Amino acid sequence: MSRIVPELRRLVLLAVGGLALLAASAQAELTIEITGAGSNRIPVAIADFGGEASASRTVTAVIRSDLERSGLIKLIDPAGVAMTEASAPAYDEWRRRGADALAAGSIGEGADGRREARFRLYDVNKASLLTGSAFVTSKPMLRAAGHRIADMIYEKLTGEPGIFSTRVAYVVRASATRYELHISDADGQNAQVALISKEPIISPSWSPDGSRLAYVSFENKKPVVYVHSLASGKRVVVANFKGSNSAPAWSPDGRKLAVVLSKEGGSQIFTVNADGSGAQRLTADSAINTEPNFSPDGQYVYFTSDRGGSPQIYRVGASGGEAQRISFEGSYNVTPRLSPDGKTMAFISRRDGGFRLSVMDLASRQVQVLTDSHKDESPTFSPNGRMVLIATESGGRGVLSAVSIDGRVKQRLTIPAGDVREPAWGPFNK
Amino acid sequence: MKRLILPAAIAFVLAACSSTPETGDGTGAPVESRGAGGSTVTTVTTDGVQGRGLPSVLTDPKSVLSKRSVYFDYDSYEVKSEYKDLVTAHAKFLTENRQFKMLIQGNTDERGSREYNLALGQKRADAIRKMLSLLGVREEQIESVSLGEEKPKNEGHNEAAWAENRRGDMLYSGEF
Repeated sequence: MSRIVPELRRLVLLAVGGLALLAASAQAELTIEITGAGSNRIPVAIADFGGEASASRTVTAVIRSDLERSGLIKLIDPAGVAMTEASAPAYDEWRRRGADALAAGSIGEGADGRREARFRLYDVNKASLLTGSAFVTSKPMLRAAGHRIADMIYEKLTGEPGIFSTRVAYVVRASATRYELHISDADGQNAQVALISKEPIISPSWSPDGSRLAYVSFENKKPVVYVHSLASGKRVVVANFKGSNSAPAWSPDGRKLAVVLSKEGGSQIFTVNADGSGAQRLTADSAINTEPNFSPDGQYVYFTSDRGGSPQIYRVGASGGEAQRISFEGSYNVTPRLSPDGKTMAFISRRDGGFRLSVMDLASRQVQVLTDSHKDESPTFSPNGRMVLIATESGGRGVLSAVSIDGRVKQRLTIPAGDVREPAWGPFNK
Repeated sequence: MKRLILPAAIAFVLAACSSTPETGDGTGAPVESRGAGGSTVTTVTTDGVQGRGLPSVLTDPKSVLSKRSVYFDYDSYEVKSEYKDLVTAHAKFLTENRQFKMLIQGNTDERGSREYNLALGQKRADAIRKMLSLLGVREEQIESVSLGEEKPKNEGHNEAAWAENRRGDMLYSGEF
């Protein structure tokens, strides 16, 4: 294939200064269990990467597990074939093994002790090179290089961006007096603790640039909205009015937050600037109005209200106006979250006594219930729009579950000793 | 309210360079660090809130004022008649002791959305606040807030536990 030139690109992830991060202890890491898979998965072989054994195993394992977890790719056993990105692929042999695509690579060590992960991806049937790249990184960051390679392979094979390099935030309730806000890689590994509190933390929401989280903390015995810069740990109170302050949601441009305030009576949706100034009221009736979520174009705020007698989903213009009802089926529809393309709304619907993840095609208003759970909550879209992460319950414990928007692929993420809840999927890494 | 455990002096140096020209399809786009702020997360631990002593009339188990909870029916925000005497007693104390402030915390059972439950708990707390207000308590003495389903008094998952958690609590300054 002449249109694609293999290219070696470089990434330097060099931590300067005290990178003594307080990583969550190993036993607190999320483990993932895949409980479903899509049909027509693409068969792909990932040859064992060459180079220093431990580094190669790390990268190879990350790439394989990322791709398999997607539910769109079926791994073909490479049968111990020794090859790297520099080897000429034996296309006939891979075709016989049933692989449509093949990736091979190696980890090299630079003079300065950094590692370089190189790979190439081949189309087996066309006997041609699809793409290739190299990432220079420090040894502790090899997993990140693996996620980057998996993202490139996934995008090349499926045509949509991969989300393996993204991060998720979630809350762990370790005990009645210990709540932790964690940030981990999308595969649940590499968890880091952003906040430890004796009081609950709910409703984390990522700033569009991925640098900050807004959330509700009860550390002052009442709900207060904070914006927390993850790198520095700097926290800013953006809403601490008389009464309750909750449900923060970023505007797509990152300049505003929609929040719910009870300062003027009832629970009303306001927008505030990201520093907490300029509160402006969007809803004006005496009913409950909560769980705001901006449409990706910034035009509307979707929210939950009981103004019609039962909790249903409505939307209002981002600077106010008449609200329009969106959900009609059933007596309890809450927590609207729009897909990145703005075409689909994930929400929680009570069906047969269970709270279940559902999606609505906003153009046709067609609703599909995706789970048969009894306690789904807090849906959050992956940045490529393919999966929705929810909090649900399994064996009496809070777990996270990722469900593909066609309902076919389900992954469960659990922490061995803890109650996990309130997921928020971060944006693409720019 | 915050304490930095680690220095914030953490930064990523990022260099993305290429030895060959850009390809047209973007697959070889430079790979950069993991977004602004990177994968660096600094841990913050919140401080607690300290309580202080209250007069015995508010804490003596024999005093009606030691009772602080109002229970609600499912999906209801109405202060039931059996709690009117209790709320009235607290209103009397607050009107006679204007230096005292009260925080009313509304609670719900665990069923349904956390944020929606927060709003339901607010309605319960507001119902108690409005009653105190009608009985002469000044607005600046009382604040109604919600804990939603976040602080269950009973951690069970049955009707008895839920009934205990559908509740408004009246706390005096020093208790919150």
